[in-house]
Amino acid sequence: MIPLSWYLILSGILFSIGAVGVLIRRNAIVIFMCIELMLNAVNLAFVTFSRQLDSMDGQIFVFFIMTVAAAEAAVGLAIIIAVYRNKATVNVDDINLMKW
Amino acid sequence: MPNFFGCTYLDMIGFVLLLPLAGSVINGLLGKRLSKSVVGIIGCATIGISFILSFFIFIDLLQLAPEHRVFEKDYFTWIGSGTFEAIAGLQVDPLSVVMMLVITGVGFLIHVYSVGYMHEDDGYSRYFTYLNLFTFSMLLLVLANNFLLMFIGWEGVGLCSYLLIGFWFEKKSASSAGMKAFIVNRVGDFGFILAIMLIFVTFNTIDFTEVFHAAPEQLQMGSFVVTMITLLLFVGAIGKSAQIPLYTWLPDAMEGPTPVSALIHAATMVTAGVYMVVRCNVLFTLAPFSLTVVAVIGGVTALFAATIGLVQNDIKRVLAYSTISQIGYMFLACGVGAYVTGIFHLVTHSFFKALLFLGAGSVIHGLGGEQDMRKMGGLKKYMPTTHMTFLIGTLAIAGIPPFAGFFSKDEILLEAFARGSLLFWGLGAFAALLTAFYMFRLLFMTFYGKSNMSKRVEEHVHEPSMSILIPLLVLALLAILGGFIGFPTASAINSFLAPVIGGGHHGMVDGGSLHHVSKGLMFSMMGISTGIAVAGILIAYLMYIKNPDLPAKIAGKFKLIYKIIYNKYYVDEIYDATIVNPTVKTSFILWKIVDVKIIDGFVNAIARIVELKGEVLKLFQTGYVRNYALSILFGGVIIIVCSLVLL
Amino acid sequence: MLEALLFLIISLITIVCALCVVFQKNPIYSAIFLIQTMVSLAVLYILLHAQFIAAIQVMVYAGAIMVLFIFVIMLLNLSKADIEGERDNLLFQKSSAIILGFILVVMIGVVSVKTVFQGVKGEYTPESISQIGNTQLVGKLLFTKFVFPFEIASILLFAAIIGAIVLAKKKIIEDEKA
Repeated sequence: MIPLSWYLILSGILFSIGAVGVLIRRNAIVIFMCIELMLNAVNLAFVTFSRQLDSMDGQIFVFFIMTVAAAEAAVGLAIIIAVYRNKATVNVDDINLMKW
Repeated sequence: MPNFFGCTYLDMIGFVLLLPLAGSVINGLLGKRLSKSVVGIIGCATIGISFILSFFIFIDLLQLAPEHRVFEKDYFTWIGSGTFEAIAGLQVDPLSVVMMLVITGVGFLIHVYSVGYMHEDDGYSRYFTYLNLFTFSMLLLVLANNFLLMFIGWEGVGLCSYLLIGFWFEKKSASSAGMKAFIVNRVGDFGFILAIMLIFVTFNTIDFTEVFHAAPEQLQMGSFVVTMITLLLFVGAIGKSAQIPLYTWLPDAMEGPTPVSALIHAATMVTAGVYMVVRCNVLFTLAPFSLTVVAVIGGVTALFAATIGLVQNDIKRVLAYSTISQIGYMFLACGVGAYVTGIFHLVTHSFFKALLFLGAGSVIHGLGGEQDMRKMGGLKKYMPTTHMTFLIGTLAIAGIPPFAGFFSKDEILLEAFARGSLLFWGLGAFAALLTAFYMFRLLFMTFYGKSNMSKRVEEHVHEPSMSILIPLLVLALLAILGGFIGFPTASAINSFLAPVIGGGHHGMVDGGSLHHVSKGLMFSMMGISTGIAVAGILIAYLMYIKNPDLPAKIAGKFKLIYKIIYNKYYVDEIYDATIVNPTVKTSFILWKIVDVKIIDGFVNAIARIVELKGEVLKLFQTGYVRNYALSILFGGVIIIVCSLVLL
Repeated sequence: MLEALLFLIISLITIVCALCVVFQKNPIYSAIFLIQTMVSLAVLYILLHAQFIAAIQVMVYAGAIMVLFIFVIMLLNLSKADIEGERDNLLFQKSSAIILGFILVVMIGVVSVKTVFQGVKGEYTPESISQIGNTQLVGKLLFTKFVFPFEIASILLFAAIIGAIVLAKKKIIEDEKA
């Protein structure tokens, strides 16, 4: 059987890649995708722990995280569309209306 | 006992104090909107009512037995801290009643006088604000029942004195004279406050009654502590009462309006030192050394100031030096233990010196602001009433019987001779000769001889208005009759004030009465002092009426001495060179180097460091959200690293 | 052994695809690689005996959500300049982010390897799950133990639908004026 720590390390790697992506990309949609990547990394960790502890709670959690991710994707993409309509850009550096 | 709404007049002592304060507040806050007549009425009425109340309080007090003539009223605890307690309370006893009557009485006359004198001035309401405030502070000074409250009054009169000397602050000389008075007074006040601290440390209280009760039991005769206390108190008195070496502010104080000079710098405030010494007579009696110091300084000042007065040409300055000299007399009296005599002279002096100042003011007013006596002369025919009152004042100060000054001055000389030594008597007697001389010189130069006025001035010379003349006449009457309250064989003031002396410990001192002096000595002394006065007058007559060229010739003969005296012994210059200039220079160095370079440099360096830090930290504030997110990640990584390393 | 090999291959694909998501210039490519990442994650879920999760991972994530993404990307139809703007004007952003990412990976790795995860063992061993069936078990739990969060999730989705419509729709009044 594969040691569970391998899954956790993979989860960590994915999470880090997602975090780096959020930091270095400027396209709002790509940033959004990186966030999805991070969420997936967390899901993997949850399922791993669920397996480790012989419990279903982790999988239920993942179910709810997916629900939230779906809702988030819908609202977030709507926001991006609204922003694009107003500013004709999805570059986060140019979206600075709230910058003082 | 007379009743007024169910309380005695003594109970209403607070009103005596509060009325002038109320007048000051009203005039100060609303003065600009009120008409001049209303301002004047408020100013005079508050003092007038105060005087009437004081008079009734005096009557009230008279009806009590002499031993019980002390009335204390505590109002509230002003400062309470540990064992220290300062209660705001007033004390009425014969001494404070006498002072109160003088302050409100003479003060009222001078307020009335001011209505006429200051009528053309723009700062009319400001003037009455200050004058009322002064009266309040002075009353607080004499009515306080503890040292600290007295000190408040003491500072209050100092403040008002400063404000009124610099009343015409547009004039450079006036504002700097005000500052000089204030700063010189600080020296004295420093001594006073040290004395208060020492008293508190020694007796654990600052209440007059308690201190004076405890003093004879707690302290030995001539012990170091009591000598220090009294010397420090006397330093305060020296500053306020313009004695050697702190007298230089008083002649300059003549820059203020003349009624102010009359009230503050002749009749009341400058005598506060005398009042304080008499109030603390229990302490002073315990310190023979201090008493000697008081007597020596008083006697020397009396003579020293008189010599300067001989050659001054400014009419007010002559009077100022005369004031210094007369206060010297009072201290001489206190110094030989004749406290009551000191107060007696204080009272008569306040009558005739106020009269002289107001007369001088009337002259100055009539001549359109001229103060140089060399440009006066022959005023007798233009201003007969002023002349008459002035003559009375001059006779009183010179010590011609039966005018007020004769009795008090004669008593001082007698006491100096009987209790002190021949030296003190000699100082006093010689000063009396000089006094008679320079006062008549003043009189002759101003009112007699031929006129030295310019044509333009001469046309306008006139008798002043009634509001100026009435106070003059009343004061003249007081200057004539005032001395009889201390008539040698039946001195009313002596017996009235006797309980105050010795703090209730009868037999310690003999109340300053004259029982120990034989009648023969008394009358021969009277003769001698009258003779001295007459001699002084005759010399003045010879020099300024008979032979007007003589003064110039004498001045020519003793050129050096004349020059030294004319320049007031160069005391101001010496002070400038030894104290003022070094202080100014040191301050300049402190300002330019210590303050600007070191202190400001330090502060600026801190600001600069903060600024540099800001420059560095500014780099972190890029305005890009993902940059901030990077910082969050950085922080998160740091936390994980730390927890790994530590756990 | 076979299982380990499968894991290694799948995880390699996952990592490479994830890196491509971040470093691809064109968002469409990023999206495609993200889909691949999610599908490989679904395989990993099966390896972990979470068949239901694996199924909805493919259907909801790789299917519905990513379709939405691609939809939006195509809808906006970004020009080349828009896709990735001019030079990054934050100098050290990229390099420091990558360095921090590496440190983070190392840290998580150290934690995962060193830590012994101890917890109260539950009742659902892989054997017991396979007896009942994973999907059936999840469904049972959702309608018994987690029924309250489940209902709230429905409200959340409802709110998200309304929010998305409100945000995305054009302002009708302005349109009529235009």
